[in-house]
Amino acid sequence: MRKRSLIPILYILFLMLPIYWLIAMSFKTTNEILSGFSLFPQTFTWDNYITIFTDPSWYWAYVNSIIYVSLNTVISICVALPAAYAFSRYRFLGDKTLFFWLLTNRMAPAAVFVLPFFQLYSAVGLFDTHIAVALAHCLFNIPLAVWILEGFMSGVPKELDETAYIDGYSFPRFFITIFLPAIKAGVGVAAFFCFMFSWVELLLAKNLTAVYAKPIAAEMTKTASSAGYELGLLAAAGTLTIIPGAIVIYFVRNYIAKGFALGRV
Amino acid sequence: MTITLNKITKVVAGQTHIKPTSLTFQTGHFNVLLGETGAGKTSLIKLMAGLDPIAAGTIEMDGQDVTKLSTQKRNISLVHQFFVNYPHMTVFDNIASPLKVAGMAKSEIQGRVEEAADILQLRPMLHRRPHELSGGQQQRTALARAIAKESRAVFLDEPLANLDYKLREELREQLPELFAGRGAVVVYATSEPEEALLLGGSTALMDDGNVAQFGPTAEIYRKPQTLTAAKVFSDPPINVAKVTKMGSTLIMGNSARWDSAKMKDAPDGDYQIAVRPHHVTPKPSPANTVKLNGRVLVTELSGSESSAHFAMPDADWVSLSHGVHPYQVGEDHPFYLDPSACMLFAEDGQVVAGGAV
Repeated sequence: MRKRSLIPILYILFLMLPIYWLIAMSFKTTNEILSGFSLFPQTFTWDNYITIFTDPSWYWAYVNSIIYVSLNTVISICVALPAAYAFSRYRFLGDKTLFFWLLTNRMAPAAVFVLPFFQLYSAVGLFDTHIAVALAHCLFNIPLAVWILEGFMSGVPKELDETAYIDGYSFPRFFITIFLPAIKAGVGVAAFFCFMFSWVELLLAKNLTAVYAKPIAAEMTKTASSAGYELGLLAAAGTLTIIPGAIVIYFVRNYIAKGFALGRV
Repeated sequence: MTITLNKITKVVAGQTHIKPTSLTFQTGHFNVLLGETGAGKTSLIKLMAGLDPIAAGTIEMDGQDVTKLSTQKRNISLVHQFFVNYPHMTVFDNIASPLKVAGMAKSEIQGRVEEAADILQLRPMLHRRPHELSGGQQQRTALARAIAKESRAVFLDEPLANLDYKLREELREQLPELFAGRGAVVVYATSEPEEALLLGGSTALMDDGNVAQFGPTAEIYRKPQTLTAAKVFSDPPINVAKVTKMGSTLIMGNSARWDSAKMKDAPDGDYQIAVRPHHVTPKPSPANTVKLNGRVLVTELSGSESSAHFAMPDADWVSLSHGVHPYQVGEDHPFYLDPSACMLFAEDGQVVAGGAV
């Protein structure tokens, strides 16, 4: 028993080490971080967190990120639901090609799209708005959401649709009251992945914003200045960045296993 | 209440799946669609339910043309072969769902659901969800939904096929009572000839998107109009052989010849005979007089019956007899045919003379 649990314990320690290091750093002063190796904070300090929660440019960066990530998740799911339903239920000319083409959007690096998005958004006056980033992230997240949802929807037998029509349900009523509850795990998983990809995406978010919609990832670069790096502050900001993801993953942890079983995550 | 199909056709991607079909289904008894998997039973039901588009023809319910009416407005019920219920709803809500959609008063819904649940012994399960029920209970929930709805037509698409043997027998006995006196037209699809005979009423024999024959079940079992109809309505498969008729004598290759008085009116020539397996026995009897020789290929024992598949010049035949009969696989064994039970078909498959059953 002890021997068997040794390897998983080592593995988990190995995985947790960088996260522990980040959290430990966030409670140290920058001087201590630079002075050498220490496993625990020698002079424990909340200063880094206090800075973040009192400086509007810091906490607004978090709010900005949460706004465009939430916007993006809602848009992606709302657009992907009907698309995924069509792919899973209907056969039409070029359906398989179109499905594959959607996925290829995820294969191009984000950097390719920075210039066209920047130019386009500047021209139509969307530059430095939350919706600009949310829409840009749709390019990656809608195909992903369509793909995940299509898998879950295809797992629901077509006979369920037929039974509902025979029972008298109109299509919208069937979709909302019967079909959505039947695939709610899929919606959870798709929303989670949209959230995560949008939350960690840096390049588009940084380049499509300046002041009003500045995301946390861009704000973090502020810690580098001519006076050197404020490593403690950077670590505290990093720790806070992990938290939303951790909260979301807690809620969808059971559904994600289902998604893996379907081969769609 | 009647459902009338006027030459309805289904075409998918240029291929005709249901050839022009005209049938009239009546209320008061079961209307059975009998045919093998892929014969078009489910397709026909989906056309009647309005779930698939009709290429040509019309459907009438009680004289009203419903061809263009949407599924939602046809006021029908359908029970699938697979147990289809709404997974996130309780059994009560599942049964109540069509009534709620129709906007019925709560008290009336309560009454109808409880009545249907009592008939199908679902009362203790009303607050469970479908995945907490056994297969039989799930299918009973689907049936209860059909009963509670009190629709004009009920389509049962092989509802017992996925149940185990005992449950199937139990539910099959219950089915006719469930729908008796409700005024709905009941259409029941099955691939088992035995079920068609047990559920009685009228039967439509389906083969490759065609209705081979339609009429009262016992009558079409006794008097198939075509060889195809005889084949569809026989399990184990009906025995077929080529024969030549000369005068009143039928000659089956080198294997047998016999006199058949009732067929003497037909012109001489080549025909096909078909005879059901239980008219071919391993021992002679006053009726079973024509001796055939065959090599035993496979034998099966099912309690009170013995069956043997044996090789004949044209095809493999099956014999079904009462009692336990010892066969040796591979041996040459005599079999005795009842000539009066032979049905005679012309080469194009049309019946020339029927046989006693």
